[in-house]
Amino acid sequence: MRNPQLDAKGELTHLLTLEGLPAEVIVRILDTAVPFTSIAERDVKKVPLLRGKAVFNLFFENSTRTRTTFEIAAKRLSADVINLNIGASSTTKGETLLDTVDNLVAMNADMFVVRHAQSGAPHLIAAHLNRTGRTHVHVVNAGDGRHAHPTQGLLDLFTIRHYKRDFRNLTVAIVGDVLHSRVARSLIHGLTTMGTPDVRAIGPQTLLPTALQALGVRVCNDMREGLKGCDVVVMLRLQSERMRGALLPSAGEFFKHYGLTPEKLAYAKPDAIVMHPGPMNRGVEIDSAVADGERAVILPQVTFGIAVRMAVLSMLAGNG
Amino acid sequence: MTLPDAEQTLAALADRMRGAVAFDARFVGIHSGGAWLADRLARIIPGDHPVGYIDVSFHRDDFHRTGLKPEVKRTELPFDVEGATIVLVDDVLYTGRSVRAAINELFDYGRPERIELAVLVDRGGRELPIEATYAGARLAVARGLSLVLSRADDGRLALAAEPAGGAGEPGGGGDA
Repeated sequence: MRNPQLDAKGELTHLLTLEGLPAEVIVRILDTAVPFTSIAERDVKKVPLLRGKAVFNLFFENSTRTRTTFEIAAKRLSADVINLNIGASSTTKGETLLDTVDNLVAMNADMFVVRHAQSGAPHLIAAHLNRTGRTHVHVVNAGDGRHAHPTQGLLDLFTIRHYKRDFRNLTVAIVGDVLHSRVARSLIHGLTTMGTPDVRAIGPQTLLPTALQALGVRVCNDMREGLKGCDVVVMLRLQSERMRGALLPSAGEFFKHYGLTPEKLAYAKPDAIVMHPGPMNRGVEIDSAVADGERAVILPQVTFGIAVRMAVLSMLAGNG
Repeated sequence: MTLPDAEQTLAALADRMRGAVAFDARFVGIHSGGAWLADRLARIIPGDHPVGYIDVSFHRDDFHRTGLKPEVKRTELPFDVEGATIVLVDDVLYTGRSVRAAINELFDYGRPERIELAVLVDRGGRELPIEATYAGARLAVARGLSLVLSRADDGRLALAAEPAGGAGEPGGGGDA
């Protein structure tokens, strides 16, 4: 079966996951994002690439940053953006996901940006559109369950490349709740595709999936040992609901062992950068001295995220 | 067909611009061929001519047919566009569509006082009401051919004709 994200010519037609996405497509997205970073420097912070296109933000799960940055990206490309308030929509009246999609296509939607608590929901929509011959409508996964968050993975790759230039000599540590993290999964697939030789996952055994080694990731339960020699430290958000599931004793206990403090960061390389997908829990996974410190690139990540999403949206629109 | 020598044509273009171009005009080259030319012209035309570069990809009118080309370069205008006299520089003037896109791109940065257009070769075939202020040479080229400017390692420029739709796509150092 063909990769459902690519058309017959190998061009990107949906963005569902970084898993299995060829390195040349990832590089093309990152390269395309570079000139979009300059849009913010203009008097007119808008280009006409998506003029006349309708982008539907279909968020079945809460999000502020991702939805907002997708909205900004689409608007800077001159698209019309429609945000659907799913809680108040027909789904609560029993309409199926695909019926909702069909109705929005009947309203001339050109693109869907989809977030869903169910892994695979964006894939289901894309497969449905492909099967019914509506290949001019594109789907972007904005996070599905525990599966993937490809634009976050891409903006993480963009940030790493911006500061470290090349992936092929890097040591990257991903710290915290890897088990529930679609951000971590997307980043791991992206990093390994780009040839990163040393990717580590650090956290308590209860928050690390057992199959990590199969992805080429080194697993480490000790923070100091794991951070040794790292070029990039990616902190993950600790979701408070995990504490209730008996996976962790307490937030304070987690911070003691895995919270990123200046003392623990000293084990990484002196020029290591610190990333976080947000929203941050200060004093749980990251100390304020690090979050606000000069090695943190957490806010540049947000800015780069807009350029990366502009690149993805314009590449999809340009491919028919 | 015989094509003019690019270096001689550049000298002819510089002759036409000398004395006619404002002393403080900013030179803005359209990637890639126009960028090389803008660098060269800024060095040989008297006056103070800061150089900027434009990539027209974001304003191209064939985006919905061909998508974004693989290598979009950054537009870099290291000066204030507002109120400035700008000389747009391109290698080949053909349909006029790249120049239209470049003017749109410029206006995203401000309102210039005046925009002029300098091209190495004007090959006719306009599809928009756009004319060059300065041209190094004017020649007729068959529709099926693209004129492509290339730059050797030592910086020397050369013109070649290639079948259209090949390496000399608009914006990539060729026809536009």
